[in-house]
Amino acid sequence: MQQPTSRPILEVRDVRKQYAAHTALSGVSLAVPEQSIFGLLGPNGAGKTSLIRIITQITGADAGEVFFRGEKLNPSHIGQIGYLPEERGLYKKMKVGEQLIYLAQLRGLSRADAVQRIRQWLERFDIKAWAEKNVEDLSKGMQQKVQFIATVLHEPKLIILDEPFSGFDPINANLIKDEILRLKQEGAAIIFSTHRMESVEEMCDSIALINRSRKVLDGPVTAIRNQFKTNTYEVEGQGQLMVVHPDFEVIEQKARENDHFYARIQLHAGAQPNDLLRYLIGRVQVYAFREQIPSINEIFIRRVRETMPETLTETANALL
Amino acid sequence: MASKFLLVAKREYLTRVRKRAFVVLTLLVPFIIAGFGVLVGKLALSDESAEVVDVRDASGLNIAAKLVPLSTPQLQFVPVEGSLPEAKQSFQQKKHAGLLYLPAGLDVQDPQGVQFFGKGNISLKKESRVQKALNDAFAELKMQRSGLNQTQLDQLRAKVPLSSVSLDETGKEKDSNSGVTTGIASVLAILIYFFIFLYGVQIMRGVGEEKSSRVMEVMLSAVKPFDLMMGKIMGIAAVGLTQFLLWGLLSWGASTVLVPLLMQDELGKAKTEVAAAAPRDAPATVADQATASAEQMNPAKRANVIGSAFEQASKLNIPIWTIVFGFVAYFLGGYLLYGALFGAVGAAVDDQTDTQQFMFPITMPLILSYILGFSVILRNPDGPVAFWMSMIPFTSPVAMVIRLPFGVPAWQLALSIGLLVVGFVGTVWVASRIYRVGILMYGKKVTYKELSKWMFYKG
Repeated sequence: MQQPTSRPILEVRDVRKQYAAHTALSGVSLAVPEQSIFGLLGPNGAGKTSLIRIITQITGADAGEVFFRGEKLNPSHIGQIGYLPEERGLYKKMKVGEQLIYLAQLRGLSRADAVQRIRQWLERFDIKAWAEKNVEDLSKGMQQKVQFIATVLHEPKLIILDEPFSGFDPINANLIKDEILRLKQEGAAIIFSTHRMESVEEMCDSIALINRSRKVLDGPVTAIRNQFKTNTYEVEGQGQLMVVHPDFEVIEQKARENDHFYARIQLHAGAQPNDLLRYLIGRVQVYAFREQIPSINEIFIRRVRETMPETLTETANALL
Repeated sequence: MASKFLLVAKREYLTRVRKRAFVVLTLLVPFIIAGFGVLVGKLALSDESAEVVDVRDASGLNIAAKLVPLSTPQLQFVPVEGSLPEAKQSFQQKKHAGLLYLPAGLDVQDPQGVQFFGKGNISLKKESRVQKALNDAFAELKMQRSGLNQTQLDQLRAKVPLSSVSLDETGKEKDSNSGVTTGIASVLAILIYFFIFLYGVQIMRGVGEEKSSRVMEVMLSAVKPFDLMMGKIMGIAAVGLTQFLLWGLLSWGASTVLVPLLMQDELGKAKTEVAAAAPRDAPATVADQATASAEQMNPAKRANVIGSAFEQASKLNIPIWTIVFGFVAYFLGGYLLYGALFGAVGAAVDDQTDTQQFMFPITMPLILSYILGFSVILRNPDGPVAFWMSMIPFTSPVAMVIRLPFGVPAWQLALSIGLLVVGFVGTVWVASRIYRVGILMYGKKVTYKELSKWMFYKG
């Protein structure tokens, strides 16, 4: 797990980016801890790609600063960053092996090192036979694998993956997932950009939510979820559920066949889950009892709704 | 990041040079050129093989005997006997070019009634050749009648070789040969024009490919757009230079080996014909020229062609080193200037089919300089059109190389190259701005207004 006290590998401070007609980023700040998986979440068009393009030095920020391990981001960091863009693409008429060597060399790897590492990676992915094939002769899934290798071949300290699982079948998606976790084990920090929040919830150590060019939330995943929990418990059981108690409130109750039920019960301030459990045990047969922790998706939707009025007034102001 | 620029250039170079199309084209073109040379040579020689004109001399003045030595490689006179209708029939049967009829009782002082019969329409060229020979024959006859002996006649026959001499600025005399000068000018202009076009379009295609295959974003996270663009432009330039160099070498090799081999028969025939047609009185220069040109095809002599071209050029008033220097400068400058623009077009559009609207304004000055170059500048290499077109960077690469062989004042050359440098720095700057924005722009129909905005985008 990350150590909050250590210096982050990447720090973004109040970055702004304006395109001709719209604002892509209006003052976004965030910090990515070393050796962690960081989820950069947000709906389409929120500004994720703009932010990534600034971190990968494809474009520059209008204002604000980005620091890589305490140094102001500059071209010497290119070799320490790996980037898998959402729009995948390789030179079609180039052989897989040559292409990987070329891309690695552009990131400062020597040819000999590149050749050796490519061999290892092709073996790991069991695709050694493809090295001499042209990229255009590969299937889409195969091309994705090659592109993933190209992203991590130079052993970057910071890996940015934009929608890494799109285009993979479940088996290969799992393979990639294991590789990502292994890369983290080996010391890399990974930024995960996606609008499919459920897919990264289990992998991410911390996240930042971006909506309409602003960061609306960030922090460690567990902390965020705890922060957003409402002291609600899910109960499944059998019997006639009747809750008459000042500390407990049934929010939702569903009857199921054979006298079974499902219910969500909120605890009022001061009450402990064990109090509820004790109260229930005398009345019904309890099969399942767990705290309801909101998913990142739910939190995000809530946060977006909360920040909506603000953004709406801003839009109105901008128009006036 | 010079090393990245080199890596990009190297990739652009190697992927293209290894392509089968490149190898095939590079190997094939010299043979096509050599084959073309053989074809042209054969046609030229077959045209040269003399047209035979029958001479029916009924005049009793023995004019036919005087006409025969006046035969040239183009025109051969053969005396025939028999009546006029017979002669008319026989020249057609023998597929000869014509029949010259000198009627009986021809008066030397006032020769009336000489007729020339030809098949179909008689070309002016043919008629004037026959006319000239006939005049010469009569002149000789008259001189003989005036009582001069052969020695006196030989002395009288005036043969004035005319050589054109041009004066250069220092007043030194040099031979002038507008044919050679025009030839050099045309070849240089065509080379530059085609080089810019062929390889400029390759730059555009290459950028378009990177854009449509979406490899751009990966590339840009490692390489600066400027390095990517310049690497591509330089890599493709190297491809072009390699191709031109190989073409040159292979064409030379092919023509050294193949042309003499394929043309041995014709050459032998041409020589004997020339020798036969060049007895005592034949104009010596014609025979010499024919032999000389025949000998040039000789492998041994061929090897010296380039060297002797330099030699000849320095004998003529052709500033050979200025041409070499100027050609390299305009070749590279023009390619850079246009190459950058072609790259920008490739970056600006999504689809290769959309390139048309931007291609037109770019290629127009190039095409214009080519057309005007051959129609106006070649005829008047020091005129105002020539001057202005050789100053404007968009037209100067073609316009100036046309002027170079005719001699260009040093200050004009310096100014023109200076402007060209300013020009290509300018277009590279503009192009790199358009490129930088365009390569990541998808699904947008680009207008000129849009392009002008891109120029001022930050970072």
